[in-house]
Amino acid sequence: MKFHYGMPIFAGLIIFLGLVTFPLWFNAPSEAYKDPEPKLPTEAEVKAAGFDTFACVESTQFMREKHMQLLDEWRDWALRDGKRSYTNAQGQTFEISLQKTCMKCHTSKKEFCDKCHEATAVTPYCWDCHIEPEGYNETH
Amino acid sequence: MTAMYSLVFVFLLVLIPLIGVGSAHLEFFFAVCVPTTAIIIFLAGFVYKIFQWTRSPVPFRIPTTGGQQQSLDWIKQNKWDNPSTGAQTFIRMLLEVFTFRSLFRNTKVDLNKGTGVLGYSSSKWLWMFAILFHYGFFIVAVRHMRLFTEPVPIIFEWLEFGDGILQLGVPRLYLSDLLLVTGISLLLIRRLWDSRVRYISLFTDYFPLLLILGVALSGIYMRYFAKVDVVAIKAVTMGMVTFSYANLPFEQIGASFYVHVFLVSTLLAYFPFSKLMHLGGVFLSPTRNMPNDTRIKHHENPWNPDIKPHSYEAYEKDFGPAMHEAGIPVVDPANRGEQA
Amino acid sequence: MAKMKPEELIQGLNYNPPSTPWMDLKADTSPGNWAYPGKPDIVSYLKDEGLPVANPREWVPSDEDWKLPPNWQDIIHQGFRERLDKYRSLKVFMDICVRCGACADKCHYFIGSGDPKNMPVLRAELMRSIYRKDFTLAGKIMSKLTGSRVMTEDVLKEWFIYFYQCTECRRCSLFCPYGIDTAEVTMMARELMHLVGLNINWIMEPVANCNRTGNHLGIQPQAFKDIMDFMVDDIEEVTGVRVKAPLNEPGHEILFITPSGDAFADPGIFTFMGYLILFHYLDLDYTWSTYASEGGNFGLFTSSETMKKLNAKMYAEANRLGCKWILGGECGHMWRVINQYMDTMNGDIQGPQMTTPVNPITGTVFKNAAATKMVHIAEFTADLIKHGKLKFDKSRNDHRRITFHDSCNPARAMGLLDEPREVIKACCNHFYEMPSNTIREMTYCCAGGSGLNTDEIMDIRLRGGMPRGKALAHVQEKHDVNTLSCVCAIDRATLIPLADYWAPGVEISGVHELVGNALILEGEQERTMDLRQEPLKGFEDEV
Repeated sequence: MKFHYGMPIFAGLIIFLGLVTFPLWFNAPSEAYKDPEPKLPTEAEVKAAGFDTFACVESTQFMREKHMQLLDEWRDWALRDGKRSYTNAQGQTFEISLQKTCMKCHTSKKEFCDKCHEATAVTPYCWDCHIEPEGYNETH
Repeated sequence: MTAMYSLVFVFLLVLIPLIGVGSAHLEFFFAVCVPTTAIIIFLAGFVYKIFQWTRSPVPFRIPTTGGQQQSLDWIKQNKWDNPSTGAQTFIRMLLEVFTFRSLFRNTKVDLNKGTGVLGYSSSKWLWMFAILFHYGFFIVAVRHMRLFTEPVPIIFEWLEFGDGILQLGVPRLYLSDLLLVTGISLLLIRRLWDSRVRYISLFTDYFPLLLILGVALSGIYMRYFAKVDVVAIKAVTMGMVTFSYANLPFEQIGASFYVHVFLVSTLLAYFPFSKLMHLGGVFLSPTRNMPNDTRIKHHENPWNPDIKPHSYEAYEKDFGPAMHEAGIPVVDPANRGEQA
Repeated sequence: MAKMKPEELIQGLNYNPPSTPWMDLKADTSPGNWAYPGKPDIVSYLKDEGLPVANPREWVPSDEDWKLPPNWQDIIHQGFRERLDKYRSLKVFMDICVRCGACADKCHYFIGSGDPKNMPVLRAELMRSIYRKDFTLAGKIMSKLTGSRVMTEDVLKEWFIYFYQCTECRRCSLFCPYGIDTAEVTMMARELMHLVGLNINWIMEPVANCNRTGNHLGIQPQAFKDIMDFMVDDIEEVTGVRVKAPLNEPGHEILFITPSGDAFADPGIFTFMGYLILFHYLDLDYTWSTYASEGGNFGLFTSSETMKKLNAKMYAEANRLGCKWILGGECGHMWRVINQYMDTMNGDIQGPQMTTPVNPITGTVFKNAAATKMVHIAEFTADLIKHGKLKFDKSRNDHRRITFHDSCNPARAMGLLDEPREVIKACCNHFYEMPSNTIREMTYCCAGGSGLNTDEIMDIRLRGGMPRGKALAHVQEKHDVNTLSCVCAIDRATLIPLADYWAPGVEISGVHELVGNALILEGEQERTMDLRQEPLKGFEDEV
């Protein structure tokens, strides 16, 4: 098979192929991908934090998909409407507060929030206003 | 009509994964088999097409010259539109590929039948729509790399951050989504609106537009409305690119993901065999990628046929005596009435 | 057509396409839509010369039966395949068009007719639809959806009508985001049509003439000498100086070749005289040739083989006469051939005596012609002017208010834009540009290029001439322009009816006619008239 101006064309083609197959060779040398493992509270920790039931505000899958939406709504209700309580589908009521509710169990941003956020390269702006809860563990 | 066919076709493409996952529970097939096959078709097809083009020689240098040639030293050459060296041609190509320079020239003919004036107005709409669309699509594609790399390189993190810098909504609105959807919608509207463009449009013109719109809208639905489990999706996408298919969390992922992936797969597999190959073709266009230099140096035509001109001897054989009579020098003595 | 007034033509224009899909519209093959087919004896002669033409016969395009060979479909298919393998341009251009429509209103024939098949994109689709059917899998399976169709006699007729309604001017290619060049597509289509015997006499006869007599017009050498003598006489009458006119003389440094059109008719002959005056003024060591008495090359409009055969005479003659380099006259497509094809095709027959051209008067080395050894007369003259070697009396062109028409090929296949302007400005006082969208690289065709400057399609030509004509009328109105200057012999023939129709009162001239008028010859008499023997400004009563 004879090619004409093969050199520049194939050089270009290789660059193109290199770019589109980037994920294949970029990930090849590293170890197999592991799901991020955010540190989840134990039942004892939840109880100790003052909650009756060993469950989050909403179901785990709900929280995985929509926690950002929930937190966004909580912020608006609390700051704009002064509404401070949230009742979930099971009829349980929680105080709308990142620090007093969520972070009572999920005590470490580093061990919990950052795990998934880093895996998906997202940078929530919660901590532009809220104090990062490092060290919260010790004082509690 | 062709636009309607294309729309129906894209709807059918949406239904396939919905049924396949919803009723038949073919998650693995739709999340791994289909996209993997599509990528293979895309890569192989792309290479095949480039090979096909590369096999045909470029017998002549035929750049379309868009400005003053290299001439006398004191005449200013338009180096980017009429390059005479490889480096200048490279710049011409860069401008063509990254700024759509030729399209930027676009004008529109206006004929005023009342006054009889034939005017030309600058018409950059198509250029603008095309730029919006292509750059939007490009950023969207690159941004997806956060789901295909671990650890995510900082550049993709920046892109993710920059694209959502407006901090509108949760998850944050991507500007590139706006660019892409706006661009492709405007291109589609233009194609339907402009009677001349509508007249020349084929099914194969509407289909990619609608398919890409489908890709964009399904992606947008997935992110902003269904709010699918992105951590679970990353597990699947990473499993796909590292070829480790064990324990992928399909059940945690909503149907919209499968629709999105199926449409993207269709696009990838369709790409090399369609007009979308202008992505590769623009680099191989002989009217753009060659310097205007065949008066300066030799260009070889590999199949240059062996053709000789009608010889002077044959010419003089026809006209020699008359030439001599008219006082034009002749070579053959016989034509001068002399003995050879 | 000539009966229809320009205003009526404009009123009848409609740029909105019809409701019928273009594939369902049959081409109009009634007289006036096509140029006369090649005469059988001419086609036979070219066939005997080994050129790729076929099927010499008497046939009329308005007849139902075009007397095609029985296996014509196979011939076209094989020819198409062969050209896809020979030309990357064709392959890429068949594949990558996205039908964005940027080219649609860039074609002069579309602007002047509103016929959707004159949109460059559709012109190419005429061929692409066959390509998809014959050479792509999708097109084979899903004809309708992919816009594919079978090659039928109706399609072939459509090709004949519309690929002889493209002047290969490349204006569309300038605006195409992928540089798709309809000229390239048209050339391929015409090559294919030649294989089954579809051709036009206006191209075939000049090709045959050029091969045998040395020029398109079929001027035999002794007649060429007569013409030159006649011009030398005329020059003497105007200037009082008898200029030298060396013909077929061996041993000169430079061979001068210009299109034969300028030897034939008004106003080209005045440009011819301009050359004679300039070279005499310079006492240039040069010769004309009758064997290579054609600068143009209608082979470009036929096939690459024909183009090569006709072009090869230039080097053959330079070799025979021992010339070091070739100076080329004003011509449009001639310079496309020289700039983009000549060295590639015939560089190997350049004799060892040929060297990179050097202007013997100024010493300027024409580095941009190092390979072809061929310099454009406008480059040559502009160089002389820059070095102050030419003494002009600009007032001798004061009766002319001039604008300049960039010919398609020097503009978009070479980039010769500023050189002729430098020359005009140096020898004329009144120069005005036409609107910027109609000049330089965006110039509009005279609508008679690529072998379409024949009178039987005058309707098509005048329509296609509308954008140029309108731009000309604009400067005529605004600046009182009365002369359209150009560097192309075909222009000098085609722009006359165009101007008469769209901008009556404007005359056509070559650039070197203006040079000839202004140049002050040693020992000349007081000039009272220009080369046309019309009175100069201030001498209106004396002639």
